[in-house]
Amino acid sequence: MDHKTAAVKMRDITKSFGSVLANDRVWLNIYRGEILALLGENGSGKTTLMNMLAGIYFPDAGQIFIDGREVVIRSPKDAFDHGIGMIHQHFKLVDVLTAAENIVLGLKEPGRLNLKAVAERVNRLCKAYGFEVDPWQKVYTMSVSQKQTVEIIKVLYRGADILILDEPTAVLTPQETDKLFTVLRNMRDDGKAIVIITHKLNEVEELSDRVAILRNGQFVGDMPTKMTNTGEMTNMLVGHPVTLSIDRPEPVNPKPRIEVKNLTVRSIDGIIKLDNVSFTARSGEILGIAGISGSGQKELLESIAGLQPTETGSICYIHDDGHHEEILGKDPLSIAEMGVTLSFVPEDRLGMGLVGSMGISDNMMLRSYRRGHGFFTDRKAPAELARKVVNTLAVSTPNLDIPVRKLSGGNVQKVLVGREISSTPTVLLTAYAVRGLDINSSYEIYALLTAQKMRGAAVIYVGEDLDVLLQLSDRILVLCGGKVSGIIDGPGAKKRDVGLMMTHLGGGNTDE
Amino acid sequence: MFDFVSFIPRAVVQGVPLLYGSTGETITEKSGNLNLGIPGVMYVGGISGVIGAFLYEQSTMGELNSFLAVAIPLAASLLGSLMMGLLYCLLTVTLRSNQNVTGLAMTTFGVGFGNFFGGSLIKLTGAEVPSIALSATSRVFSRALPFAEGWGWVGKVFFSYGFLAYLAVALALAASFVLQRTRVGLYLRAVGESPSTADSVGINVSGYKYFATCIGSMIAGLGGLYYVMDYACGVWSNDAFGDRGWLAIALVIFTLWRPNVGIFASILFGGLYILYLFIPTGTFLAFKELYKMLPYVVTIIVLVITSMRNRREDQSPAALGISYFREER
Repeated sequence: MDHKTAAVKMRDITKSFGSVLANDRVWLNIYRGEILALLGENGSGKTTLMNMLAGIYFPDAGQIFIDGREVVIRSPKDAFDHGIGMIHQHFKLVDVLTAAENIVLGLKEPGRLNLKAVAERVNRLCKAYGFEVDPWQKVYTMSVSQKQTVEIIKVLYRGADILILDEPTAVLTPQETDKLFTVLRNMRDDGKAIVIITHKLNEVEELSDRVAILRNGQFVGDMPTKMTNTGEMTNMLVGHPVTLSIDRPEPVNPKPRIEVKNLTVRSIDGIIKLDNVSFTARSGEILGIAGISGSGQKELLESIAGLQPTETGSICYIHDDGHHEEILGKDPLSIAEMGVTLSFVPEDRLGMGLVGSMGISDNMMLRSYRRGHGFFTDRKAPAELARKVVNTLAVSTPNLDIPVRKLSGGNVQKVLVGREISSTPTVLLTAYAVRGLDINSSYEIYALLTAQKMRGAAVIYVGEDLDVLLQLSDRILVLCGGKVSGIIDGPGAKKRDVGLMMTHLGGGNTDE
Repeated sequence: MFDFVSFIPRAVVQGVPLLYGSTGETITEKSGNLNLGIPGVMYVGGISGVIGAFLYEQSTMGELNSFLAVAIPLAASLLGSLMMGLLYCLLTVTLRSNQNVTGLAMTTFGVGFGNFFGGSLIKLTGAEVPSIALSATSRVFSRALPFAEGWGWVGKVFFSYGFLAYLAVALALAASFVLQRTRVGLYLRAVGESPSTADSVGINVSGYKYFATCIGSMIAGLGGLYYVMDYACGVWSNDAFGDRGWLAIALVIFTLWRPNVGIFASILFGGLYILYLFIPTGTFLAFKELYKMLPYVVTIIVLVITSMRNRREDQSPAALGISYFREER
């Protein structure tokens, strides 16, 4: 590969958001006629790096060369002018317009708008690369895969020959994925440079010519895909685990608390999100849930919390006396009326967890507003609780009435976790409880979860940082594409094994 | 037999201000700006024209130059409503204030502005009645096509109106053409549907919002001008414009954001608006008031039907009423 000149060279690219260093002096070469897989765990900075190429972000430091000339990319338009097009995970399309109208949007072509000519050019592109899209179809009637195709054509129509796709397969069915890969190979053979951002090792092996690996915002290395294997890539991906010291006391008298049997959940679009999932969560134990994002974690927690319509299966709450009670199909209020104190720290803090424009006290009240005498609500207890949470969790806030959305992410999370554990839950569900938190706040949250476990709560912890999951959890349930890939004991679990189970059902076969 | 030959022209002259208002508001809404200040804008458009005509009539003291008698009030009216459009954009696009609150405030402001200057002019003329009559200017504005007289009912139904009525139809057709067929129209619709998408492909979102809202306000303002100069025969009296501004906004929904449909719909609304004048004499007086509700009842029925059919093309622009700003960048 060395004889080729690089289409894009990124040198010493550095980008930080606040105190978080997202990219740290990254070097990357992108060649024409090649599919590069940019591999990394969540939060390793792959998307940030590519967003700088696409003009979404501007690097703090570093240089970008295109065909050997240094360029400055300040906006998506600049990127287009340099032939760079990025297909984001969230499509940027206008629903009520047709494919052709969306494709031509924003272009400063001379002359009158001639959609017929646009449609013809779109059809030519389709024929050349093997797309299937009807230029006259309205976007809102399209499937996700068709929308993605429109996005790709939109980029090609603008003459891009360096294409970046951000986790393009995350929303596709296996058949659609195959189609996409065929198209990408056609484009590669046509001499275009293609980058796919992914964390799926099997895709890297199947599609890419070269793989570059990022870890914690740093460039770890790149190599031809043929010369490597899953084992080596996993090792590079994982690197040397950060030494975290999370206390993991032995579970006290664990008893089955939540029993999930054959749970199947479909999304509104009919895609299977959870497929025949069965497991038991015990009291006095942290059950970690590992998996690539979007493997069904959210649906699993929301099913237990009574927020997710399910297709088949059952979820039983097991009382202290061994009495089983079905909670599936009940809403949160009726679950609470059964005497089950179930706490839920959702992924979307300000969307589902807290009301952003209300103060800390009022947010505390969301759990207790039904209490109080008659017509009037009890405002004293929530204010008292708010004060307690602020003091014990060291929430830094000017006062208790400031809208919580004005607090920093860590403080918002503390308020939410503080409220949820204040009800002394028997079941505590948390999703990405430390997302966006600095290291200190993260440790405080871990300690809080462990304290809940020692109190006898059944804690279900969905996390993205495998190192933490391995140190915190007593048992780990690994999800892979909505199926249970395996349940292993926390102590002694190997990160590599868990990583493999996340990408292959049951862990697959290792190459070593 | 219902007297259509006298009913239709009256419905048309009622409909023209509504058509101006709804064409202007449709263009505005296509950019994602829900300008509830349209009643105020139309009011300002009316009074500005009155001020222009008043000053011109005062300055000549006699014979009016036909061209200037039209051009001066027209320019004054356009300028007045342009200022209202700019103010609305400054508040909602640049300063990102709430569109509904801003719009309602501007309606209140516009009506107050009109009444203040209307009252002042009435004081200046020292008239006995609380109104200003600009009949000389009005005669120029409402001059019908010369052959209308000779053509019997055809002339009466189609050719008996002042030039502003035909301009309203032309503007509505032009607006539909631009929105549906041209690049500018396509980009404008994209801004109103999904400003972030438009932004990501390099469309100047704020520019389009300013442009559409100001053009829309100027068109709506002409509705006010037509009302005073043609329909009301040049007589301005405070608050006479009534609820026509709101009716124009209802018309936007009724036409499903299609200015060309507005041509017929405005005549229908105009007809419904004055239908109470045509009910048989001797009918119980309260029924009159029920008849006056008809345009609104029809709008509600259309709303119910369209939301039941739930076709995406018939819905309001997706980003209507939402101020846009790039979050991350």
